[in-house]
Amino acid sequence: MSGVGILEAPGADCAPVLRERGQREVFCGLTGIVWLHRKVQDAFFLVVGSRTCAHLLQSAAGVMIFAEPRFATAIIEERDLAGMADCHEELDRVVDRLLARRPEIRTLFLVGSCPSEVIKLDLSKAAERLGTKHAGRTRILNYSGSGIETTFTEGEDACLASLVPEMPVAASGEGPSLLLVGSLPDIVEDQFLRLFAELGIENIGCLPARAVADLPAVGTNTRILLAQPFLGETLSALTGRGAVHLPAPFPFGAEGTTGWLKAAADAFGLDDMQFNRVIAPGRERAKRALERQRERLDGKRISFLPDSQLEIPLARFLATECGMVPVEVGTPYLHRSILADELPQLPRGTRISEGQDVDKQLDRVRADQPDLTVCGLGLANPLEAEGLSTKWAIELVFSPIHGFDQAGDLAELFARPLRRRDVLQV
Amino acid sequence: MQLSVWTYEGPPHVGAMRVATAMEGMHYVLHAPQGDTYADLLFTMIERRGKRPPVTYTTFQARDLGKDTAQLFQDAARHALERFEPQALLVGASCTAELIQDDPAGLAEAMRLPVPVVPLELPSYQRKECWGASETFYQIVRTLADRDITPRGDSVALANILGPTALGFRHRDDVREVRAILETLGIEVNLVAPLGASPADIARIGAADFNVVLYPETGDEAARWLERTFHQPAIRTVPIGIGATEEFIRGVAALAGVDPEPALADDQSRMPWWSRSVDSTYLTGKRVFIFGDATHAVAAARIAHEELGFEVCGLGCYNREFARDVRAAAQQYGVDPLITDDHLEVEEAIAAAQPELVLGTQMERHIAKRLGLPCAVISSPVHVQDFPARHSPQMGFEGANVIFDTWVHPLVMGLEEHLLTMFRDDFEFSDDAGASHLHAHAPKRTLAQPIALEPVMGGSLWTDEAEAELKKIPFFVRGKARRNTELFAANEGRAQIDLETLYDAKAHYAR
Repeated sequence: MSGVGILEAPGADCAPVLRERGQREVFCGLTGIVWLHRKVQDAFFLVVGSRTCAHLLQSAAGVMIFAEPRFATAIIEERDLAGMADCHEELDRVVDRLLARRPEIRTLFLVGSCPSEVIKLDLSKAAERLGTKHAGRTRILNYSGSGIETTFTEGEDACLASLVPEMPVAASGEGPSLLLVGSLPDIVEDQFLRLFAELGIENIGCLPARAVADLPAVGTNTRILLAQPFLGETLSALTGRGAVHLPAPFPFGAEGTTGWLKAAADAFGLDDMQFNRVIAPGRERAKRALERQRERLDGKRISFLPDSQLEIPLARFLATECGMVPVEVGTPYLHRSILADELPQLPRGTRISEGQDVDKQLDRVRADQPDLTVCGLGLANPLEAEGLSTKWAIELVFSPIHGFDQAGDLAELFARPLRRRDVLQV
Repeated sequence: MQLSVWTYEGPPHVGAMRVATAMEGMHYVLHAPQGDTYADLLFTMIERRGKRPPVTYTTFQARDLGKDTAQLFQDAARHALERFEPQALLVGASCTAELIQDDPAGLAEAMRLPVPVVPLELPSYQRKECWGASETFYQIVRTLADRDITPRGDSVALANILGPTALGFRHRDDVREVRAILETLGIEVNLVAPLGASPADIARIGAADFNVVLYPETGDEAARWLERTFHQPAIRTVPIGIGATEEFIRGVAALAGVDPEPALADDQSRMPWWSRSVDSTYLTGKRVFIFGDATHAVAAARIAHEELGFEVCGLGCYNREFARDVRAAAQQYGVDPLITDDHLEVEEAIAAAQPELVLGTQMERHIAKRLGLPCAVISSPVHVQDFPARHSPQMGFEGANVIFDTWVHPLVMGLEEHLLTMFRDDFEFSDDAGASHLHAHAPKRTLAQPIALEPVMGGSLWTDEAEAELKKIPFFVRGKARRNTELFAANEGRAQIDLETLYDAKAHYAR
């Protein structure tokens, strides 16, 4: 990765990393559609894939909540593969039918999958062709959420990276602007926007915007604050357009949120007095909320299995603000430069692992006997049946956990399984 | 390419997983890209299984594609054998691995593994979950059955129970009921498969005198092979409902040469009296729309028609392989069969049929919720709610008891229906109150979405007087009354719907 402001931080994060290859018990990037389609309300996500892709989305979404959700799958069939049908013609037909049925769609993402990648179906070409055909009405973009290329949250990274070229060019004469990158629940995004407004940072945009039609501008005066740690490609694309990354911890807990806001405040030349005055109430609320949870979490040992790349910042939050002891912190990928403010804060001796061989990792969990294991839905009940308390990792992606006013809720997500274990007498 | 929003069935390798997970001592090495492991959660979350499915995925990534994915597969198979020590191995590919053509069967064969290997060829771009389960079970039986072990022919008859899988709709409880029936008849059970069977058990499958096919969707292919190979006859009556259970008992007793009476005289069979008792009078002619897998849909239609006195106003299934059974049943009840795996088509059919009760899958439950209709679930695809803690079978006499309760509960109760009609202006019985025992599900009129139907005639054609009269009809039949009246008026060519048209229509549709 290259670009302004994302230089490797030397020395601080040299902890040894256990790298493993084997069976990876993780979602693919298509899963991101489950939250992205709620966030970006004028967009539709069309997966070009197999029945497995459709089944995954349905299973990950849990139950079918929405009459007609803003996502669907164009299922590749035998005749497409056997050459009896031209895949591009078929795709055009499906897209035409979809847009006729859902004329309100303003942006259509063609989302690549494992099968479409393997048969080398060129979706960028398809997007270009369809974009011309539906010009003026529907913008057609594409990205890959395939399991062979993306792990879980990397699907959002690929999606947001595909939006970067669509962002308008910021006028060169304009003053500095702040860009928050990473999809946040609207309520959290609004809290942050209010805080930045109070700090005096008015020129601010979000990626993703709630509507693709309202994408913020980007240019050399844009300063990037990452709200999520899994956005390496997006960051690279943005710095490629001249924007500058503001290294910061991630906004989890009172300290993480303070550090994150401070990075922006410093870049915009705000004085410390004003900064402290503005954030003090939120910071105090977060600390008060954490006090209650800390009693339950203090001294408890926790292991993370790789899932969302949120593992390292969350482990830092639980260690520094809740007194928990991280045993193993697994992550699908370790973006050292993005996590440069996080890694040095992990307690010495924390075992960081990257990648996965799930059976070996479960052996380590059994040997470690942590008080809490953060893992995917496929593993939670089997570990519980072995007597290990677990926390579903996916809830950390779907729930509002960022910022001062969610700090208590975030800690509570980890405290609840422990509390439940204490309460139950069956 | 087919545009799909929600699917009734997963890919065929998920069907294979349902078989592997149901068994003991079996392991499935699945050549599949990273991400396909999502399927584990179906079993650990929906079915609340306390063990991971016995599946090792190769989880290859893009960087592996240029190198040796075949080696990856062999390594995975070797590790799975060492770690899990299965009695037999299933090997196969998911949709993506099928495209890279690594040939798991050949790779496994070349390894000369110390356990039997069952290679699976499941064409992901043609077939679906039920077929995958059926094919997998058939291949397991074909590969592992010991041809030297033939029907016992003892004075005590021996039977196999075939078809139940992991993630099946009430399979666990159905097996218990059917076992109890066989026990009452003095018939021994050789094995239940795939659920709970090990490869060693499958080897002895030929010892049984006959097979009981509980779920044709998963068990019939294997049963036909067993018929050919060991000359084991099969009982294909699926004992869901009173009539079918009695036929099942008589059929099994005839094959085993025993007296059916002990099983027929089950004093726990309450459903027939519950249905004949006067409170159930109000069930007469209730219009019911039925959709599910073919076996459960056909069984439900028979129960609805013969045992509860409902009127079947729609019948269909999502699995084309068994469409013939549904077509035959639909003809019997005088409805058009709906064979589709497009849930939007099902939704349209339900909206058009205006049923008073929907019997379907979790998909129809959501459709019914949107349309404000009562619904009970009768078939896969399943949801965590379809795995109750209590014993809750569909089969046998207890199954019929369960079905009576489950189907009648969502309806407004008999006596209450009369009260609603009599006191409809009383605030406690107002439309908004709904049925007293369904607080959580009572239709909230302010929130409910209008039924997605083009009105046959514009609303303006209703006179104020007729519109007001329509509002006096209880909410749960009002939609149907409106629709029927508008159809009647259109057919009669009446330009306006006044009080007279409303009551003429009522007389026209009187049953």
